[in-house]
Amino acid sequence: MDEKTLIAKRVALELKDGDLCNLGIGLPTLVARYVPAGRNVFFQSENGIVGMSGPVAGADNHDLTDAGGSPISALPGAASFDSALSFGLIRGGHLDVTVLGGLQVDQEGHLANWMVPGKMVPGMGGAMDLVTGARRVIVAMQHSAKGESKIVTRCTLPLTSVRRVDLVVTDLAVIVPTDAGLVLKETAPGVTVEQVLANTGCELILSPDLRPMPLEG
Amino acid sequence: MSKLISLEDAVARIPNGASLLIGGFMAVGGPNRLVDELIRQRKSDLTIIANDTARPTVGLGKLVVEKLVAKVITSHIGLNPDTQKQMISGDIQVELVPQGTLAERIRSGGVGLGGVLTPTGVGTTVEEGKRTVEIDGKTYLLELPIKADFALIAAKQADLYGNLTYALTARNFNPIMAMAATTVIAEAEDIVPVGCIPPDAVMTPSILVDHLISNSNR
Repeated sequence: MDEKTLIAKRVALELKDGDLCNLGIGLPTLVARYVPAGRNVFFQSENGIVGMSGPVAGADNHDLTDAGGSPISALPGAASFDSALSFGLIRGGHLDVTVLGGLQVDQEGHLANWMVPGKMVPGMGGAMDLVTGARRVIVAMQHSAKGESKIVTRCTLPLTSVRRVDLVVTDLAVIVPTDAGLVLKETAPGVTVEQVLANTGCELILSPDLRPMPLEG
Repeated sequence: MSKLISLEDAVARIPNGASLLIGGFMAVGGPNRLVDELIRQRKSDLTIIANDTARPTVGLGKLVVEKLVAKVITSHIGLNPDTQKQMISGDIQVELVPQGTLAERIRSGGVGLGGVLTPTGVGTTVEEGKRTVEIDGKTYLLELPIKADFALIAAKQADLYGNLTYALTARNFNPIMAMAATTVIAEAEDIVPVGCIPPDAVMTPSILVDHLISNSNR
């Protein structure tokens, strides 16, 4: 199993029956493939739909796309709406969970994921509203990039929000930000605690019930 | 009562330097015929307010490539490298706004509010230069309303009075923008006789729409 699949499978276990969920672009979109059987999850696409599903071959509709402009389909019970309502759902506490990629997460649980000054300035899109407003924020990302840990003492990149994220899932570990700092809850299959610590740019608190990462619900 | 106008005449009313609210999300639900006509008539020095700047070859992304845009207020430019290049070279001024905040700033402009208070952006670079307001112990940013000279709207269906409907995710910013401009120009996939759109199905009431682009010669 590649690292992205592992992360997506672990994140999918966090989704509960009946949740409204918004997945960010990139790695988080994989999560939809691994929702455990028997759990009905409604996915929102912020361009204006609740109940999106994967595209149906031969039935592309130029008025029905995801936020990247790619064709999607809709489940029975889906609803479409304008951008103000879509972000009202996000900001107003109606969105149960969002899964987003990350560039950095720090000891306080702050997320930076929208720009690298001087290098990449794509714009924040909906990320700031999602992190500020979702009831639960899950960061799904590689633990390190180009040999540097993405989990750091303090974010050096511009923050997406000052709200503390709820869960960080990487290819090495599951980490929960708390008042006391980052708590290591799970290690990925075949990964030791020492490996996690060696690849983390700040202190981690070892959970008393530290366990191997489950991948099936 | 017909508001039909030719594409050419509608765009001729837009002066260089105008501010334009342009509907669509990655050009889905975007007024792509109006955008192409802006390019054909070389309307320049435009201020564009839109969710994103699409891609270089798609929708309003082409306005950027053609160097017709002086300023853009938007939430995402990541899929149009031309916007990023012109921002870095200083040829285009870019104001990045969180998407939900952009929607509410336009909405407040259209409904007569003096702005909105949002928690989005508090403590980030988005807060710079803005007033904060504390309500019940929680901090909000005061985000100011946006209005424009023109709104360019894409509808699924229009009747001859200018009542509009939108389809699925092509609705996005269109109905909000149709309230926030001095002059509203709409294009529609289908134009139907008055009465064909039931009152409950109208998403943008005709009183908001000034001009409806004729579908002849499409």
